[in-house]
Amino acid sequence: MSALLGKLSWDALPYDPIVIGTLCVVAVAGCVLAFLLIKHKLLGVLWNDWLTSVDHKKLGIMYIVLAFVMLIRGFADAIMMRLQLALATNGDPGYLPPSHYDQIFTAHGVIMIIFMAMPFMIGLMNIVVPLQIGARDVAFPFLNNLSFWLAVSGAVLVNISLGLGEFAKTGWVAYPPLAGLEYSPGVGVDYYIWALQISGIGTTLTAVNFLATVFKMRTPGMKLMDMPIFTWTCTWANILIAASFPILTAVLAMLTLDRYLDFHFFTNDGGGNSMMYINLFWAWGHPEVYILVLPAFGIFSEIVSTFTGKRLFGYKSMVWATASISILGFIVWLHHFFTMGSSANVNAFFGVMTMIIAVPTGVKLFNWLFTMYRGRLRVTVPVLWTLGFMVTFSIGGMTGVLLAVPGADYVLHNSLFLIAHFHNTIIGGAVFGYLAGFAFWFPKAMGFHLNVKLGKAAFWCWLVGFFLAFMPLYVLGFLGMTRRLNHTDNPDWNIWLYIALVGAFVILAGIICQFLQLFVSFRDRNKNLDTTGDPWNGHTLEWSTASPPQYYNFAELPVVSDIDAFTDMKEKGTAYVRKESYAPIHMPKNTKSGVVIGALITAFGFAMIWHIWWLAIVGLAGAIVTFIARAYTSDVDYYVQPDEIAQIENEHLDNVAKG
Amino acid sequence: MILLLTRILSKVALALMVGLLAGCQGGVLDPKGQVGIEEKQLIIVATLLMLLVVIPVIFMTLYFAWKYREGRDEIYEPKWSHSTKIETIVWAIPVVIIIILGVITWKSTHALDPYKPLKSDKDHINVQVVSMNWKWLFIYPDLGIATVNELRFPANVPVAFQISSEGTMNSFFIPQLGSQIYSMAGMVTKLHLIANEPGTFDGISSNYSGAGFSGMKFKAIATPTEADFDAWVEGVKAGTHDVINNGVLDQASYEKLAEHELDAHHVEPTPVQYYNSIASSIFMDNVMKFMKDHGKVELLKGTAFDSKMIHGSSNHGEMNHGEMNHGEMNHGEMNHNESHHSSHDMHTEAEK
Repeated sequence: MSALLGKLSWDALPYDPIVIGTLCVVAVAGCVLAFLLIKHKLLGVLWNDWLTSVDHKKLGIMYIVLAFVMLIRGFADAIMMRLQLALATNGDPGYLPPSHYDQIFTAHGVIMIIFMAMPFMIGLMNIVVPLQIGARDVAFPFLNNLSFWLAVSGAVLVNISLGLGEFAKTGWVAYPPLAGLEYSPGVGVDYYIWALQISGIGTTLTAVNFLATVFKMRTPGMKLMDMPIFTWTCTWANILIAASFPILTAVLAMLTLDRYLDFHFFTNDGGGNSMMYINLFWAWGHPEVYILVLPAFGIFSEIVSTFTGKRLFGYKSMVWATASISILGFIVWLHHFFTMGSSANVNAFFGVMTMIIAVPTGVKLFNWLFTMYRGRLRVTVPVLWTLGFMVTFSIGGMTGVLLAVPGADYVLHNSLFLIAHFHNTIIGGAVFGYLAGFAFWFPKAMGFHLNVKLGKAAFWCWLVGFFLAFMPLYVLGFLGMTRRLNHTDNPDWNIWLYIALVGAFVILAGIICQFLQLFVSFRDRNKNLDTTGDPWNGHTLEWSTASPPQYYNFAELPVVSDIDAFTDMKEKGTAYVRKESYAPIHMPKNTKSGVVIGALITAFGFAMIWHIWWLAIVGLAGAIVTFIARAYTSDVDYYVQPDEIAQIENEHLDNVAKG
Repeated sequence: MILLLTRILSKVALALMVGLLAGCQGGVLDPKGQVGIEEKQLIIVATLLMLLVVIPVIFMTLYFAWKYREGRDEIYEPKWSHSTKIETIVWAIPVVIIIILGVITWKSTHALDPYKPLKSDKDHINVQVVSMNWKWLFIYPDLGIATVNELRFPANVPVAFQISSEGTMNSFFIPQLGSQIYSMAGMVTKLHLIANEPGTFDGISSNYSGAGFSGMKFKAIATPTEADFDAWVEGVKAGTHDVINNGVLDQASYEKLAEHELDAHHVEPTPVQYYNSIASSIFMDNVMKFMKDHGKVELLKGTAFDSKMIHGSSNHGEMNHGEMNHGEMNHGEMNHNESHHSSHDMHTEAEK
């Protein structure tokens, strides 16, 4: 080990042809992208208007770009796994040895949850929540930018592990003692620790930021019980983040001490106890699944009530159902390890608590149903995702309650039945929700519509592909197949493994449709402009702005008196009123600090992984100094002048009038 | 669109049913032991109960979406958003189902508690299970033999397992016989199973533990009669079986068995092996060795903690291992001679 490079040496370079091939493709794509940016002279625009932006709408879009990039990576892992399992039957070793395959299933889980679903959810939240509550930005715009760059930093570290060293071979939960130094001496678990740690701190900061925003920056007249339902579900998700992510931070810190400084929190010897890690991990991990799914529930609520042209049925029930799911979500973590050997009383308690969550969740489903009842449902792409969700999620919820029965879990735990269940809820619940929200708010964020045909094609591929890929896993679970197997030797399982592979390819077709849709829609954008800002006849304040919204969101803060604030304004005729004059608007300035801190923290994480101590000190100290320097900068804001506002507003109102 | 959706759904349902029928060979829906049979019944009852809500919800989703779609001349009430009657019903239905399911859960969790000895007129057989990278060691403390990757016991005789691990966490699982329980180093967990009929069943680790995990399989063989089993035991002792015979299982041969490569590219499954005699305390010695290391922690050397730790760990009988691990009393395995009684007592207390 050298002082200059730590553990880093030529051995860290990949030898696997699959990895080398991937890296070549990424390198070529990177070069093409760089060439296009330079050719179209967009580097300046990218830096000044995007990377350094503190505008919540732009950060939201960048979060979703990050989510899509990581979706490609995570889905490539998924296809490789399914292919391996379809090939490695009847004792055949397949094409991926355990040393590679084990990294892939770990990376798949980490990427899909932490670097795909979370950025997607936070991206939608960034774009929509400030607009829905009539705010001009979040409470701490610079912090919002910093959170984004910390998320990117984690994602960058995960991707570096592909080319330098290895990723963890522990499964995405990284249970010790397997994840301890004794059984995982390589850098894989360290990549895992630092990627999660850095992005996790970013997520915590996001939650604090949005809680402050929602509690302090609501527009005049908007009481808490007037907030749009999506904002409510995001708020509960943020409360969960603020309460649970510090647990992840602490448990990762303890694992770090075990691995770096010979501590014994989770080791077999020296008084350590790995079950302590497993308890703490799920004390974060279970709330985490509600963090992912609650905002999706909010999206479905908005979509159902918008496209039926009706008020949401049982708004108060919905808010309280969300609250009870959030609170109950904290006292069910033990159901992830009923098989640890705790007493019947403990297992029964956690089993029953878990089932109780089905009550508020069931209420939500009924409320969506009764929102459709006596409505006028326009079957658009967001509605297709919603209907697909309601059918799929009912099944996933049912299998979840079944797993909550300890007696059933004793034989289904860790089996493919479990894998089918959580993909059923995370894909059928969270991801369908985000894709619904993506289709719903895309015109708002980008100013033009998405291609409908390709949107519908993407939906049907995802839905059919989902059932083909995951229903066989329920069967395989019953047949006694456990998770994380590298190869199998049971002829009864083969047919189901083949069907699952076909399903994965159908989902791939769905993802391709999604990207094609983006490409086609962008190409034809001038034909599909959303000029009014209110393409769906929306209920809430975000639809009262232009598409894309004015960078200051609202020329004058709207005064609201109804849950469906914008519908209320449209009915009273107070929407789209031309003002005589405008007051100057106080706005935050863009800043380089977030990018710089993100880069320094990435260097710090990388240095910690490879034990390059000098770089770790430089990275961390640099990040702290940059942060302090930013804190002492007074040049952080400016005023938008009334003539500029008047010009932008008049242009928007002219467009609305032209309709 | 809706038609297509329904068609897909019915296909999925059909596929599931076919799948369940195929499940009649091997797996958890083809149980061959009392525990597994009860768990299968529990799965079926719970599923049917939930289908009472899930099927109507799926049906109503598709029906409402179709009935109230745009362009149909149905009643349209854009401002209707509350009905105390409907809200009460939609809260009440899941509450009732969950109360019923909750009661079933509470009762079945106690009935199926893996720590609870099975009722039988026959004495149970004791087996101590150790998961190693990546193989299973089975020690028969009362019979003085041990096996690797093969577990044999008579049908219709309950088996009491004490489970531990040499390193990583695994889960000891014979799908056709029922429940699984984690194996963890420095801790002892318990499981009680029985085979209702003779047969050879797949045994697996159900918790990923590293590169050789996929090959960490064993055969659980329930012999037709106790006499068959006794004959097999005698054969192991005499070394007459056509299986690798490793001689005595003592600390040296235990450590040799536990050796493994961490990052093997391809790990071959370990072949079946027998030990024709054992050092009697080999299981607990290797559980407790992790506790002895307390005294070795460098930082504590020479401090007041040091002597206390060493004293504590040198005396297994007095140490409350259970509290150190989970705070769950019945988890602890202070002294394996007394363990059966102590845990049994805990349970009767809990049941009161």
